[in-house]
Order: sequence, then C-alpha cells, then structure tokens
Amino acid sequence: MSPVMLQHNQISLALHQVHEGTGRALLMLHGLGDSAEQMSKIEVKWNGPVWALDFTGHGQSTVPRGGGYSCEILMADADIALRHLGEATVLGRGLGAYIAFLLSGARPTLVRGAILLDGPGLAGGSIHATSNTEINDIGERAGTAPDPWALIELSRDARPPTYTTTFARLAANGSGLDEPIAVACKVTPPWVEAIAAEPGVITDISMQDALDVYAAL
Amino acid sequence: MILETRTYPGARRPDRNYRHHADGVDIAVYEWGAESDPVLFLVHGGSDFAGTFDVFAPLLAAGGWRVVAWDHRGHGDSAHAALYGWDADIRDALSVMSSVTRSAAPVVAHSKGGALMMQLADSCPYRISAMVNIDGMPSKRRMPDVPDHDQSRLLADSIGSWLDFRHIAHDSFRKPGTLEELAQRRGKMNPRLSIEWLEYLVTVGAQQDADGWRWKLDPTMRFGGFGPWRPEWASLRMAALTVPFLGLLGTIDEPMGWGARARDVLPWIPASGRLEVLKDIGHFIHIEEPARVSTMILEFLS
Repeated sequence: MSPVMLQHNQISLALHQVHEGTGRALLMLHGLGDSAEQMSKIEVKWNGPVWALDFTGHGQSTVPRGGGYSCEILMADADIALRHLGEATVLGRGLGAYIAFLLSGARPTLVRGAILLDGPGLAGGSIHATSNTEINDIGERAGTAPDPWALIELSRDARPPTYTTTFARLAANGSGLDEPIAVACKVTPPWVEAIAAEPGVITDISMQDALDVYAAL
Repeated sequence: MILETRTYPGARRPDRNYRHHADGVDIAVYEWGAESDPVLFLVHGGSDFAGTFDVFAPLLAAGGWRVVAWDHRGHGDSAHAALYGWDADIRDALSVMSSVTRSAAPVVAHSKGGALMMQLADSCPYRISAMVNIDGMPSKRRMPDVPDHDQSRLLADSIGSWLDFRHIAHDSFRKPGTLEELAQRRGKMNPRLSIEWLEYLVTVGAQQDADGWRWKLDPTMRFGGFGPWRPEWASLRMAALTVPFLGLLGTIDEPMGWGARARDVLPWIPASGRLEVLKDIGHFIHIEEPARVSTMILEFLS
C-alpha cells in the first residue's frame, strides 16, 4: 500500500499503514539508519491500526541536502504523524525509542504510552562537550536514504540526563497516566538510566506486556 | 517599482561576492580587500548576515587583510535549507573556509558566530591561527527568579509552541512592510543602533517585492526555545583553546545579547587569551564602535 505523505516544511514524510484495526492507533518509530519497512516486521499484537513512519532522510521520506539533523526535528516529524493519527501509543526502536520518549513529554495528552526498545541509535552521543570532525563531504551517498548526515549527526547528538528527566516529568505530570513510559530495552545508556529512576516509568517489562498495558487504557 | 536605496557613512559593499556550494547548500560569500592580502574570516551571529559588516569589514581590510565573510544557511542571500543545526553551520563554515585557504587563518566572530568558531577552533585548531570573539562567550545565568515547577511549565509551553509551528512552517512567510517599518521592527532587537544604520541594513538584508520589503532570513527559523545544549559546554571549549584569543564584551544587556558578564567569562578565558570589557556598549560592539574595535583587533592580530 502506498504511504500517506505528510508535509513537514520542505520534507515529505512517508507514513505507512502496517495493518488496519479499530481503536487507538499504534505508531512505530524506527531506529537510526533503519526504515518503516524494517520496523513493520516487528510482530506486535495490537487491535487498533498500526502505522510506521519514515523519519526525515530515511526510507521513502525526503532526503534533504546538507544535513542539520536533531532529535527535536525528528520529534516534530513524529508529531506531524501523531496529529494525522490522533491519540496513539508509540513504539520506538533505538533512535525511535528516544523520539517516542521525547514525544511523550511534549504531547502528553496525545501519547497514550511510549514503549522503548533496543535498536540502532539508542545511546546518542556524549553528554559532555565533544569535538567535531572535519568531515564536510559525503560523496556519492549524498541525497540517498538513509542520509549519511543523519547517521553522523544523530549518532553523536547530546542527550544529557537532566534534559531527559525533564521530559519524563512532563509526561508523568501531563498525561494523566500512572506510568506513561515503558522501558523495554536491555541497553541502558545514561539517558535511559536517568528516566528509569523517575516516577511514572515502567521498567523490566517486555514489549508485548507493555503494549497490553497501554491497550487496556 | 522603484528600488529604494540607502547609504550610511563608512558603509561599503563587498569588493567581491560569489556563491559556494557547501554539500548541496548554496552559500553566499563576500570579500573585502585585496585578494593578495592574508585571509581573515569574519563570522556573523544568529539572525544576522554578512552585510552587517559593511562598515567594520572595510576597516579591517584597510589594515591589510583579505576579509572573507558568508551568510549562514537560511540567512541573507544563502539558501533556505530543509534543516538547520549547530554541526551543519560549522560544516558550512569549514566548507567555505577550505574553499578560500587550506592554511590556518584568523577568525573574528560575533555572538552565535563566536560560539560556533570556538567549537571549530577546539576541534580543528590547525584551521584557525587566532580568534577574536565579540560577545559570543557563554553565560550560565538563566531565570534565577523562576521556581522549578514553573520552569517545567514554561518548557512545556515552549515545546508545544515550537511543535505547533512546525506543522505550518511550510506555509510561513515574512510579513512585508515599508523600508522604514522593517528598520523599526529590527530596532526592537537592536535598540542601541541608529535608525539610519537599520534602514541601511534593510537595503542589504531584505528584498523589495511588489508588496513591500521582507527580511531574507528563512521564516521557518526560530531562535531561543529548548534543547539539550548546555552553555557550560561552550565554556569548556573556550578554556581549551590553544590559539591566541581576544574576547570582547559590552556591559549593556540587549534582547539579542547573551547576558554574559566578565565574572562569568573570566574563569574560562584560555591561557593564550585575554578579555577586554568595553563599558557602556551593547551586544553589537563592532557596529557601535567600529573604528575602536577594528583598531583593537588589528593590534591584536599584529
């Protein structure tokens, strides 16, 4: 099935329906360098419609020239999908887990549970001042997905624990849910460790158990 | 349509201008001074453009330098990009600088441009031979009189507002106005600069359409807001600099200023550097006192 194309400034975002259903939607967010197509291969039991988004520079979404990626821009990608779907539970893998988490704090009344899975781009970069590299040309890969600039910039973006705990608190305070975030990943970079210690965050839970918790809301 | 123009005492458009292709992003580059003179890079701040150097750059060029500046992506005559980011700005800078010279060259940078160049100097010290930072040094001060729970609410409002804007960004456009109106609007952000200067800036940083003047700055760009960046990272980078360093700071707060005070900055001045505080001057030190500041810089570089 052809994806729904959504506009985010100069970018056309591809939102794919994985399967139909009735009830609240499940929005799947892929990992760094991955795509909605790969993400949709995860087997989930969910009665509502299931959708998967290609982030900017990935899959069938536009690949911009010259990079300039941030997790906040990808959060805005996901927010545009969320507005199309309405209230949804969000399942993210790797980088997509971080974006799902940010979105749960940014749109606490629309995100009915964010589930975080292991995958590429989960850790992000250093949480301290780091140095750049003098790479300013990506050669023949320019303009192709996954965008090399996305791979470079989003594998070194900073995710300080103090920043992420703020989003965890926004989700806990704004969602009206007891536990709006479920950490179902085994890898725990500093930002995951920090939010796992916050109230309103479920830990030691499987993906399907977390989906069942949020399906019951 | 009659093209409106303004002149300003001492202002001189660049001697040369051309386009540079920075990995798919078209960057407008400007030069003042003889091509045979040694290169000096001049870097503007956020929401500014290279034309704001039209008085300052000729003074540096008169001191024997080939002054090279560019409009950052989304600013001035450079292309409006799909994405904007700190690393992308640094990459664009490196791309322009590499196209001019492969040797280390001095950099004079204002505001956000100063912070960008400190990061570049930290990571690529072989690119920069000396650095002048004009009020682009960080301050850790932030809303000390707002309690924590209110700060969270402010952040939630800020994030929601930004996300809402992203939904309509592709339809955003700059409101047209007369040349005088644009100058007055900018005057709210630059309250210490003369209306004559601001009107001159309109003629080089805005475009005249049939329905009026519009700033060229990409309307999808918004400044301030939220994000993971921490000002102390810029402090750490500044302290680590190994090139000769001159920091310039005014004492009067302005809307576009960083609010940094000498006491915030002094502990982080690198061993190779010094800080000069210019009393009764605002954020745009080089525009308020171009002759004095260019003399200081030329002495420093000599």
